[in-house]
Amino acid sequence: MNIHTYEKLWLAAAMVLIVGFIATITYGSVGVGVAMIDDSEATLDPNDLGEDERFAEPRVEHVGDNEYEAYVVARQFIFQPNPIEVPAGSTVTFYVTSADVIHSFSIVGTNANTMVIPGEVATMTVEIDEPGEYGILCNEYCGAGHHDMEGLLIVHPEDEFDLEGEE
Amino acid sequence: MSAYVDQFPAEARIVRAAFWSSFIALGVGGLLGLVQVLHRTDVVRFMSGADYYTVLTLHGVLLAITFTIFFLVGIFTWAITTSLDRGLENLRFTWLWYGLMSVGTVLAAIPILAGFVGSVDMSASVLFTFYAPMQAHPLFYLGLTIFVVGTWLAGADWFRTWLVWKREHPDERIPLPTFMVLTTMLFWYLSSLGVALSILLFLLPWSLGIWEQVNALLTRTLFWYFGHAVVYFWLMPAYMMWYLMLPKISGGKLFSDPLARVVFVLFLILSTPTGIHHQYLDPGIAEGFKFIVMTNTFFLLLPSLLTAFTVVASMEHGARQRGGTGYFGWLKALPWRDPIFTGMALAGLMFAAAGFSGMINAGMNINYLVHNTFWVVGHFHLTVGTAVALTFMAASYWFIPQVTGKRLWNKSVALWQVLLWFVGMTFMSNAMHRAGLLGVPRRTAEPQYAGFEFEAGLGSVAELDAQIALGGTLLFVSVVLFLANVVMTAVGDRIDDLPDNEYADTLSGADDAPLVLDNLKLWTAIAVVLVILAYTLPLLSIIDRGGVFGPGGGAFPMVAESLRLVVVAAVDAGVIG
Repeated sequence: MNIHTYEKLWLAAAMVLIVGFIATITYGSVGVGVAMIDDSEATLDPNDLGEDERFAEPRVEHVGDNEYEAYVVARQFIFQPNPIEVPAGSTVTFYVTSADVIHSFSIVGTNANTMVIPGEVATMTVEIDEPGEYGILCNEYCGAGHHDMEGLLIVHPEDEFDLEGEE
Repeated sequence: MSAYVDQFPAEARIVRAAFWSSFIALGVGGLLGLVQVLHRTDVVRFMSGADYYTVLTLHGVLLAITFTIFFLVGIFTWAITTSLDRGLENLRFTWLWYGLMSVGTVLAAIPILAGFVGSVDMSASVLFTFYAPMQAHPLFYLGLTIFVVGTWLAGADWFRTWLVWKREHPDERIPLPTFMVLTTMLFWYLSSLGVALSILLFLLPWSLGIWEQVNALLTRTLFWYFGHAVVYFWLMPAYMMWYLMLPKISGGKLFSDPLARVVFVLFLILSTPTGIHHQYLDPGIAEGFKFIVMTNTFFLLLPSLLTAFTVVASMEHGARQRGGTGYFGWLKALPWRDPIFTGMALAGLMFAAAGFSGMINAGMNINYLVHNTFWVVGHFHLTVGTAVALTFMAASYWFIPQVTGKRLWNKSVALWQVLLWFVGMTFMSNAMHRAGLLGVPRRTAEPQYAGFEFEAGLGSVAELDAQIALGGTLLFVSVVLFLANVVMTAVGDRIDDLPDNEYADTLSGADDAPLVLDNLKLWTAIAVVLVILAYTLPLLSIIDRGGVFGPGGGAFPMVAESLRLVVVAAVDAGVIG
């Protein structure tokens, strides 16, 4: 096959670019530690969320020093609990499932973003630094009221935070 | 030599029919696009938020499926007949597949349109992706199936024509245009199998009440098995135009036939085993599978980068034939006043920009930032919405005279039309990308929220909305100019001095291409193996975790209860199932 010299150079440069991109993404995974949403949680029946110990009462739990777990249910057209309240400087693991159709759970202006699929539990661990209020929205079309589906994440200053029901 | 309509009058009729079907979809879809852009940005709102999703479903289906695929069956028919220099074997069969595609489109459109009419208990506002457990009316799934079967038969028609030709020309290379059609159809068969299985095994019976539930993740994964390859189904005809027509219109020859073949082979083998990159943020799919798909996706950049080289090199060759000189001075020698050239060149330029936003999307962990935001909408309006749509419109200015035997009504209007598309899309797409970075979601009727606001680092949300509304309006005006031009051309008088039906010659021809490139069986086998490698484990894992029919959950239908009840009664009576 007759390939022009310039085309060979271009081909080589293209391969370098491609390998470079893959290396960047690999570094993001291995070096920086950005984990992908995965299949670590077992499936569940979306009709039986009422009997599930995590999702019967959607809530935030304090599970360690600065560690919290949030059990979130997305349904047409709300997020539960709402608002979600956590302290600044904490690590929060979100467990999100759907009671009906496919939604998303997306914290606006951050990269905390996951699909929420009925039958599956999405988990995502997020470092929360700054106090403030963050919008939560559903970015997957879920029905006629999709655009009304929103929630709020309130990050309190560390010393002002009290989780209800805790000593 | 003469015009296509004189060489193949019967085939020209089918190409015309396909083009008109495509243009009707473009007109309606474009109008709905204008309605959406004004609604979303809160410039003009005359319908409810719920109706927005019906409009969006129709916009997506008409433009992404009907407009693109009807147009491409037209130019594929042209490519096969022109390059093999023979007509199709049996025109009745040809009209059969055209008829199936048309009937399928109408059947799918009926329940979507019924969504506007509250009193009709029927709807299919499930968007272009129809994710279960949202459920459309059975007619919607049935219509899509019939449409896809129509495209399968179209492929069979072209393969058959090629096989007959091959018997008569045993020692000849497959002509490049035919090679492009055949490789594209091969991956279309491979990939549309996924959506066919999803609809026939799960969604259609489920919408009829035969199954009670389906696995949301499984049907979604089967959709994306098809859903990424379909973008290459739209794109390959645009590539074909860039390889075959653009060099000729630039005044030169295609730089390399062998590398064009390599590019199409790479698309055949890599288009399908990449679909899971639309599911980077899906729970229930392991990180390892996502990583494999990420690497496949980046290697799919290679054929597009090769295309960029070949197309620019061919244009430069053409410009130098026309007297262009200098490192960049040759650009001035290109035929910028020709709407066919300028439309395709601008489409290619925008596709380069789309490539860069696509690399961000493909970056597995970077994708968190942009997934399902308005950024993605900005991205695919550069790909299917410009690289494909603008190339098709520009190509129409060559094809419509060829298949009608009439002179293009107005070349200046055509030039303004392609420029207007470029400017409108620059405003709209750029602002969509920026809005996506602020977290503005896609597919949302009224992305104005009660509890929070989007914070723009630069500019403001109002400024972005203004650009999007302006861009969308210019795009609609461009569609109107395009349709006016082709309609006025079609109603004009026949002329005798049309240019000959030709495509670009090559600098490095088929003789330079190793014979193995034409071994379609080999490349198909490799494509199948790659698909098996990429999909077996994820699909088995999804079924193992959730079961074939999913762990539970109901349907969320927008369905005509009467039809459903008939089927349920039939199932109970043991007639079905």
